Amino acid sequence: MAEIMYWEAIQRAHDEEMARDPLVICMGEDIGVAGGTYKATKGLYEKYGPLRVMDTPISENGYTGLGVGASFLGVKPIIEIMSVNFAWLAMDQIFNSAAKVRYMSGGQLTAPVVVRSAGGAAHQLGAQHSARMEKVFMGIAGLRVVTPSNPKQAYGLLKSAVRSPDPVYINEHELMYNMKGEVPDEEYFHPLEGSEVARSGTDVTLFGYNISVHWCLKAAEILAKQYNISAEVVDLYSLSPLDRAGIKKSVAKTHKAVIAEEDEAPVGVGSEIMAIINEECFWELDAPPVRVHSALVPQPYAHNLEKATIPDHEDVVKAVLKLFGKA
Amino acid sequence: MKLKDRKRVLREMVLARRFEERCYQAYIERKIGGFLHLYPGQEACCYGVMEAARPGFDYVITGYRDHVHAIKCGADPKAVMAELYGKETGCSKGRGGSMHIFDVEHRFMGGYALVGGPFPLAAGMAKAIQMKGGDEIAICFLGDSANNQGSFHETMNMAALWKLPVLFVCENNLYGIGTALERSTAVVDQYKRVCAYGIESDVCDGQDIEVVLEHAHKAVEHVRSRKGPYFLELKTYRYRGHSMSDSRGYRSREEEEQWKQRDPINMLRDRMIVEDKYTLAEFEAMEKEIDGYIENEVIKFAEESPDPKVEELTKYVLAD
Ligand SMILES: Cc1ncc(C[n+]2csc(CCOP(=O)(O)OP(=O)(O)O)c2C)c(N)n1
Ligand SMILES: [Mg+2]
Repeated sequence: MAEIMYWEAIQRAHDEEMARDPLVICMGEDIGVAGGTYKATKGLYEKYGPLRVMDTPISENGYTGLGVGASFLGVKPIIEIMSVNFAWLAMDQIFNSAAKVRYMSGGQLTAPVVVRSAGGAAHQLGAQHSARMEKVFMGIAGLRVVTPSNPKQAYGLLKSAVRSPDPVYINEHELMYNMKGEVPDEEYFHPLEGSEVARSGTDVTLFGYNISVHWCLKAAEILAKQYNISAEVVDLYSLSPLDRAGIKKSVAKTHKAVIAEEDEAPVGVGSEIMAIINEECFWELDAPPVRVHSALVPQPYAHNLEKATIPDHEDVVKAVLKLFGKA
Repeated sequence: MKLKDRKRVLREMVLARRFEERCYQAYIERKIGGFLHLYPGQEACCYGVMEAARPGFDYVITGYRDHVHAIKCGADPKAVMAELYGKETGCSKGRGGSMHIFDVEHRFMGGYALVGGPFPLAAGMAKAIQMKGGDEIAICFLGDSANNQGSFHETMNMAALWKLPVLFVCENNLYGIGTALERSTAVVDQYKRVCAYGIESDVCDGQDIEVVLEHAHKAVEHVRSRKGPYFLELKTYRYRGHSMSDSRGYRSREEEEQWKQRDPINMLRDRMIVEDKYTLAEFEAMEKEIDGYIENEVIKFAEESPDPKVEELTKYVLAD
């Protein structure tokens, strides 16, 4: 197993899939000659040429729709939307075309596109470049939503997404492209559904996905060392469908739950997980679950305000302590 | 056109007309729900272009006024009517409805209800054709007012940039619902709008099928020979309201009458009477036969077909 970066893992998945199948293409702004904003498509233009590594015009809805149309005829486009903030412009084609065409055609036509985008707050990018949109995508019938928390998942989820007969939205994070992690040397396909226990524990479950998995892991470390609390961390890499059984299993074991997300509430990912806990295992709970989420505010620019908006591991620790009556 | 082809296409247009008029009636009887956009008046557009193209081979996509395009591509009128009735035997298994007719086997790639939505989808199909190296073309039929969507401009740019084999047919019926084109659109001549992208274009009468056919031949040949995209504007008129709840207060009865003087079916029929010794009696007998077919086969099939099973509500959301 080699240690590689998150962006390298994504690049490797592209490269392998494009080498295997001449109908796999990738498209997006600055992905070709320029190598990609986050280097996720580095070197592919040189290798596969402009017909398969398409530098698109700045027309999010247009090129997303073009990818969807190409997928009708068996082409497998991996579409990069430079930043999730711009995905709003492509929403018509994602929501109205890609996600619905299988259903409204009675199963005759499918749009097996992969749409990848970088979301989340980076460093002081302000109101129009810091959005989290996973909560929007996960409410769309006909669309799969996955979100890798490490390079192994970034590689394996993209591999599986390319092979999926369904449209898949992959939610990446601007701050994670340089994160290092072990990725199997051999070909690896991560399941598109389910969840993973990232750390086993007995006293409380910390639910996270993507970047918040890392807040949870760090919080679990602190809780173990300083407070003698054994926290289990569950990584919800699939946001649609959510792993109801996995959520239930962990809560039934620990009887307490904290949900951490960078999305804002109300109407966040945590709202949905809390609803699932209610529906699946309410009577297993020893205490009401707690959500950790961003403030409902257009992302402020000032460093201190930004910090106050976005939660981190300390907020997770605080939430757990509150749950245990220690705060 | 040869007499044989004239006869065939006249029959097809009459079938399209009678099919749509029967839909109107079924809607009044509440057999058909939702939005229903009918095609009478515009028949020469679809039939003229598709006579020049290869139905069932070329990929066709359009908006919500889609029944007739599907039928011309090869969809069974029975399955289309069953779809409008919301039946399991409908071409989209009752999951689509009037605005979402699909017959992928005949390469009718669907009706879409978002104005302008099909533009990039058509270009994408053309991209796939380009990659796979076939002889097909993609054909996108949309209205006039759809050209005010951003997706129109985004797509024209990409189609021209990448020389995609796609033919855009603009069925200019002068209105977007109830807003006259000149009230919504700075440049009324739609064929002029694509010159900004260096796309070749043409305009012609959309009521005379033989005129449409002549211009469509040139358009199809251009795209099929891989000279790049093409935009063909057809001047036409829809007789009925935009959808079913439309009292047509935005246009005059005189204007409607004027257009009906140039009815695509009557024009072809009358030309055949003058030039081909075709008779009114022959025409009326054909109409009668078609009405019988629609009633005894198409409607009967839709009426007698089963509803979709409620237990299969979520079938087709994702792949099994
Ligand atoms: C994105 C979007 N906006 C608005 C509508 C509502 N709408 C349906 S049809 C239509 C008019 C379209 O006119 P045109 O493109 O000329 O097509 P026509 O129906 O005349 O053939 C409008 C505004 C819609 N379906 N989709
Ligand atoms: Mg119109």
